[in-house]
Amino acid sequence: MPELNLTSAPAHLRHGSSIGQPLTRRDGVLKVKGQATYAADNHPPGMLFAVMAVSGIAHGRVTSLDVAAAKRHPGVVDVMTPDHKPQLAIDPEIKTNPFVFRMEVLQSNEVRYANQPIAVVIAETLEAATEGAVLLAPRYEELPALVGVDAGASFVPPVVGVGNPTENHRGDVEAGLASADKQIDAIYETPPQYHNAMEPHAIVAHWDGDGVQIDMPTQGLMLSLARVAELFGIAHDKIHIRSPFLGGGFGSKGLMAGPPVLGLMAAKLVGRPVKLVLRREQMYGPVGHRAPTRQRLRIGADGEGRLTALDHHARTVSSTFDDFYEPAADASHTLYAAPAIRTSHDAVRVNTGTPLFMRAPGEATGSIALESAIDEMAWACGMDPLAFRLKNYAEVEPITGKPFSSKALRACYDQGAARFGWAKRLLQPRQMRDDSGLLVGWGMGTATFPALMFQAQARAVIRRDGAGVMEIGAHDMGQGAWTALAQIAADAVGLDIDRVEFKAGTSDLPDAGIAGGSAHTATAGAAIHSAGAAVIAKLADLATNDERSPLFGAGNAGVIARDGRLIRRDDESRSESYAEILARAGVAEVEARGTGAPNPAAMEEYAMHAHGAVFAEVKVDPELGQIRVTRMVGAFAAGRIVNPHLVKSQLFGGMIWGMSFALHEEAITDRRSGRIMNANLGEYHIPVNADVPPLDVITVEEHDPHVNALGIKGVGEIGITGSAGAVANAVWHATGVRVRRFPIRIEELLTQR
Amino acid sequence: MKQFDYVRPATVAEAIAAAAQPGATYLAAGTNLLDLMKGNISRPDRLVDVTHLDGLDGIETLADGSVRIGALVSNADLAHDAGFAKAYPAVAEALLSGASAQLRNAATVGGNLLQRTRCAYFYDTASRCNKREAGSGCDARDGENRTHAVLGWSENCIATNPSDFCVPLVALDAIVEIEGRNGRREITLDELHRLPGNTPERESALEPGDLIVAVRLPPAARGFAAHARYLKVRERTSYAFAIVSAAAALRIENGKVAEARLALGGVAAKPWRARAAEDVLRGVAPTAGVFQEAAWRALTDAKPSGDNAYKIELARRIVVRALILAAAGTPARIAALPASPFASTSGAIHA
Repeated sequence: MPELNLTSAPAHLRHGSSIGQPLTRRDGVLKVKGQATYAADNHPPGMLFAVMAVSGIAHGRVTSLDVAAAKRHPGVVDVMTPDHKPQLAIDPEIKTNPFVFRMEVLQSNEVRYANQPIAVVIAETLEAATEGAVLLAPRYEELPALVGVDAGASFVPPVVGVGNPTENHRGDVEAGLASADKQIDAIYETPPQYHNAMEPHAIVAHWDGDGVQIDMPTQGLMLSLARVAELFGIAHDKIHIRSPFLGGGFGSKGLMAGPPVLGLMAAKLVGRPVKLVLRREQMYGPVGHRAPTRQRLRIGADGEGRLTALDHHARTVSSTFDDFYEPAADASHTLYAAPAIRTSHDAVRVNTGTPLFMRAPGEATGSIALESAIDEMAWACGMDPLAFRLKNYAEVEPITGKPFSSKALRACYDQGAARFGWAKRLLQPRQMRDDSGLLVGWGMGTATFPALMFQAQARAVIRRDGAGVMEIGAHDMGQGAWTALAQIAADAVGLDIDRVEFKAGTSDLPDAGIAGGSAHTATAGAAIHSAGAAVIAKLADLATNDERSPLFGAGNAGVIARDGRLIRRDDESRSESYAEILARAGVAEVEARGTGAPNPAAMEEYAMHAHGAVFAEVKVDPELGQIRVTRMVGAFAAGRIVNPHLVKSQLFGGMIWGMSFALHEEAITDRRSGRIMNANLGEYHIPVNADVPPLDVITVEEHDPHVNALGIKGVGEIGITGSAGAVANAVWHATGVRVRRFPIRIEELLTQR
Repeated sequence: MKQFDYVRPATVAEAIAAAAQPGATYLAAGTNLLDLMKGNISRPDRLVDVTHLDGLDGIETLADGSVRIGALVSNADLAHDAGFAKAYPAVAEALLSGASAQLRNAATVGGNLLQRTRCAYFYDTASRCNKREAGSGCDARDGENRTHAVLGWSENCIATNPSDFCVPLVALDAIVEIEGRNGRREITLDELHRLPGNTPERESALEPGDLIVAVRLPPAARGFAAHARYLKVRERTSYAFAIVSAAAALRIENGKVAEARLALGGVAAKPWRARAAEDVLRGVAPTAGVFQEAAWRALTDAKPSGDNAYKIELARRIVVRALILAAAGTPARIAALPASPFASTSGAIHA
């Protein structure tokens, strides 16, 4: 059994064998039987249905709504409009903190983007509310829409991502480029993309006096609760949010968006519980997306293939009324050891819903451009792409010069390349064919994602019967938190996993922070780990201070918590069960709280990132241009792997998303109207099963004593990075055509025969 | 959604009477219609559900060697009918390349013939569309139109017909049996779909109340079984409409093409029979050179309707490839990835 000796010189140890086990997800049976209750599955008595009417134009204002026609429709109860709505306690335009985004909750007739909510129809049935929304037949005063990355004058935003500097540099990039033997100067474009979680945004809102019960998928229970509290002017303890399961979030359910607030307002307006679920096309507007980018990379290399300079500039867009800037160029900070690096961003404002975090924000968009450009430079230098990357391997973080807390990327390259058979790759493009004459290409990309930590609390209890309880308001978006965090909880209190009641997913539990940034397992796990330590310490105090206990006097020697017993560290023959300790002490239970938080000292000292290497094979029809990925291998080093089974699934998902980025995903925006023309899952292409080849994931062992108490780096987002570039580079290797606009389209490959 | 009457007639005659009323429309599996209704694109007053009518779900071989397919036969049942797939392999391959397994299980033969275009501007009710609302204008013409028509389009409409099934059917001279207010009549499938001209809202030759009851393949259609293929280029391996597709069928005698059939999908408002290209092939040896010439003839009249000039070159290449595949002979089994350029890729699982 691995020893969980993870805090400095603890008096007591905990032994467990749950962490590291490939347990199948504990909520799996509920889900396959349809018994997992998602938000929209809740139907409180008397519930009404609310349907949003959304704007058909992208810019202007609503001049009329036929409210009377909607109200005449049988079953319609009320129509909420800017003129008829409950008042909010604060102006939704006010940003009370950087994690608050402006939203459209009928505060005016202004239209700032297509699919913006302009009214809400509330009815006895979903059908009646839907038809009521149609009958509103809105009229508009339309203004020209700003569309695309060239829509207007660019500006330099104050920050990108979450508080990242807009510009970074180290060394003299211009001098590095001037001294280079080889130069690449290329522009890459990525399209707007939408999260498209399987489960649409939904809320069931049930006011009871001045309190409210909310069923709503959220990646941030307490952030959502705080936003509801300030918008409606009610105390935190009057709000209860349940979010036990999310059908995917990917960043779009992290912060409170307008539509669930409209559901709360509608319920308040009519004095009955209300359900509001977004239609698929309504998710292309008010709930965030990944902004398009146009990225310019200038790279220099010397005669031996060593980078002399790396200049990465990203243009992106934000909305006309709020600020989120895809930090695409920041992807060039960590991977390649250029002596001179500069990253910069600018932006234009367009008529769009405000862009938001979408799975690997910045890293995904930046990675496909950077990995393509690195591939181009390897070819320019006449080098194998892997050899080129190894030649420029960063031993310290290039942009800061800090050492890495751990970095097993070399092992990822080695193991991934060996599994893929990379050594047999021909250097020249368009040289490999299969038996049926299809072009074959092999490409690779390096994956990276920061190892982040947020803030979380947990509460641990040991009960009289010797069983444990672990409480944390954590979020399961499908990634497996119900399982992985329960595994950490079991080891945290020295019990078998089936002896620990794990509670998560509601806002009355301790704050687990946000499930984002690939940091949820690390952050919530650290809180659980520390709560477990605290409760075991309390239990040990009860025993070691009681002369009737076989552990009496072991306070200094310390105990080991294992299988529901405390055992003297220096004499394993002396032990006592949790139940015996509590029974004799005459207490029903002991409880303690713990915290997970970043360690500023470690962050100051070390650069902390997960890494990986992805290898892809594609086949391309030489005449017809259709592309098919036929094989992918990803090797990832992400610190401690809590559950190898779930982690593989996460990495598979990321790799598929990367392939989707390179070949499929694009929100097609009408250049005149600013409307998304493929706002549905039939036409917004993501890979279907038949597109997904055999995937092979290797988790490379990596021990990191610095990132957090458990050594976890997170795997939620890294799979996309590297993968998108690997597929794009494989397409080049297959065809000899370098496509720099993503997704790669058939017509780009028809230029040659 | 809009409230509507739901009628379930007991006989074809009752169905026709019910559907002849203004605002009525037939409902079969609804794989297209229900989406259109939910999206507020179609707002019928009355649905006439024909799925319970007797006698429309059979596949029968007639005395003269033709085959008659009832309008309610599902796409999946037809494609998996061993006798049918052997006699008309390109039709089976086209069916299996369409939609998803779930949709093929539900979708009917008659419904497939009448599915609506996938033009995004037709589906987006905030955009102008002459097909959806006659005379309102066409926002596709100067819009996002890289997948739109290159043949037979007009300034009023550049939409395409999305059917895979119809492409080999039109190549094989399929006949559509229609019951209407004035009794039964037959037209060729080529006559069923209309080009847009000045009236893109009129998509077919059907009159109010007309019910497609069967599709018939004439005796000659069997003669191509040994050399018939469907090829479909799309942007993912399954569950995507064709950018361009082609059905090619050859009757080869003594090393020469006795008769050729060729049709294109995804290029026009109707499945596009390429008769001029067929003429090029008649009586000559099946060589790459003559296939190239046929491809050029097939696309002689093509012109871009927007950002889609590539579709013309792609269509030529698809024609050549489909002819090469057909000349090579119909495979004993339909590939795991039907109609795909990757049909030969090993390890592929069924789409």
